[in-house]
Amino acid sequence: MASGALAGKTIHELRALIAQGAISPADLLDDLLARIERINPSVHAYLDIDPERLRQEAEAQLRAAPRGGRLYGIPVTIKDNICVRGEETSCASRILQGFRPPYDATVIERLRREGALILPRANMDEFAFGSSTENSAFGPTRNPRAKDLDRVPGGSSGGSAAAVAADLAIAALGSDTGGSIRQPASFCGIVGLKPTYGRVSRYGLVAFASSLDQIGPLTKDAEDAAILLSVIAGQDPRDSTSAPVEVPDYVAWLKASPKGLTIGIPALPGAEGLSQDVRAAVDQALEAFRSLGVKTVPVELSHIDKAIATYYIIATAEASSNLARYDGVQYGFRAADGAGRSLLDTYLDTRSQGFGAEAKRRILLGTYVLSQGYYDAYYLKGMRVRTLIKRDFDEAFTRCDAIVMPTAPTPAFRLGEKLSDPLEMYLSDIYTISANLAGVPALSVPCGASPDGLPIGMQLLAAPFREEVLFRMAHAYEQARRG
Amino acid sequence: MAVVTPDILRQVASLARLRLEGPALAQFAAQLDEILQYVQQLQAVETSGVEPTSHVLPLSNVLRKDEPGACLSQEAVLGLAPAQQRPFVTVPKVLET
Repeated sequence: MASGALAGKTIHELRALIAQGAISPADLLDDLLARIERINPSVHAYLDIDPERLRQEAEAQLRAAPRGGRLYGIPVTIKDNICVRGEETSCASRILQGFRPPYDATVIERLRREGALILPRANMDEFAFGSSTENSAFGPTRNPRAKDLDRVPGGSSGGSAAAVAADLAIAALGSDTGGSIRQPASFCGIVGLKPTYGRVSRYGLVAFASSLDQIGPLTKDAEDAAILLSVIAGQDPRDSTSAPVEVPDYVAWLKASPKGLTIGIPALPGAEGLSQDVRAAVDQALEAFRSLGVKTVPVELSHIDKAIATYYIIATAEASSNLARYDGVQYGFRAADGAGRSLLDTYLDTRSQGFGAEAKRRILLGTYVLSQGYYDAYYLKGMRVRTLIKRDFDEAFTRCDAIVMPTAPTPAFRLGEKLSDPLEMYLSDIYTISANLAGVPALSVPCGASPDGLPIGMQLLAAPFREEVLFRMAHAYEQARRG
Repeated sequence: MAVVTPDILRQVASLARLRLEGPALAQFAAQLDEILQYVQQLQAVETSGVEPTSHVLPLSNVLRKDEPGACLSQEAVLGLAPAQQRPFVTVPKVLET
């Protein structure tokens, strides 16, 4: 078989090949690692890759993997903010450089239990702060779908998305606080799911904004996303915010026809920034849904134009609290002590040298909105508007099963294009952020390309814990599109 | 009118344990000011009588049984500290002698 032929396949295809005995997990691993070794230097989807060590580590995992597992022998790539025992987990930040967690995140445990092989260290924006992966302390990732590799893969899970798109991963896990799975999935032409808040345990996910963060899959199609969610979802005693809600058989639901379901179409904010290509691709997808027997109705989300402003209060407030722990004492990087230096100097030097510019910006913003005299005007106000945004969704989902809108206002932008203007970068998350504030699940699915071949994604959103609706619709759409 | 001036930001940076001086201070102040000016649009939203949402799930007082279970060894955890004298982590002197 040609090199890379296995690396390009989906989980469900490879599972079948392994079950039939047509290939062995070792064949798959060899094919994938050879491709990573060849392609990763130009894409930089993985940080610090040592193919030989990775091979040995994966082979050891394979020996321990349960043969009957749902993911037996399937490598899954992990974003650098999800703890993998004994493997460096740095959040692409200097302040955590060299940190090797002594434990596995719950999602990692669950993947291992099903026989998956863990491939760590997908690149990301530092601490998931960003929409382009340019904020990685260890260099940006490039969008493999762009000619000349001159575009960003999106962010913050840009390494995970680029790895899947370039066949450097079979599938990946990322995290999504304001669009960090869906926007890179859209930019790279793959599928990405932010589950309902509480659907997947956050234990072992390095915290950014605890009331918004969710771990989710980035995959080549909706079926793979359903397979991975089936494995990682469910209550976890170690995360008190994981919900005691039964996990349905997502894969079985996938095959159900979407006929008779209703899609809600909201009026979109930021229309002046919405590209014509994106608008046309999403309209075409809606047409495809109508021919599948799906009804469409207008819905009103009257506060989503306030989502970005609300998000940058709440997310930065939570981030500034969560990042207070990085002080050079218990783990990670510590600035040199030197004679006559106080403990306060250690804190100040460690944090000033260890954090990059965007991390500092968000810590400062969060500290500002939480400080005395500003709390009511910013943080409390933000939490009240969050209630209104959530109510809009609750109300909309009484009239439809799913809401469709673009994932991002434009296809992938150029490296450097938005780097000097933080607010401009924040505005690229205009359509993804409200799902995190409302806690609802949202899936990005490829739905076309711009004239220069850059992928375009649409986003399907459903009521809390109704991921099966998203899979059902996305799968039917994929089948129809393939014709 | 600026919401964030370099003077205000210097105070915020000290609360956040970040050193910020010179051109960086001015640049961060200007960027934060732009972002917070944008955020001001929330003031126009009518929210009287609206409860704040800190968390979207209807969960409260999640409890578990108070039973000892497996835990990480002192060795594994202390081993992560950048400076240590087992069984302690070391930091610069906090008290005057």
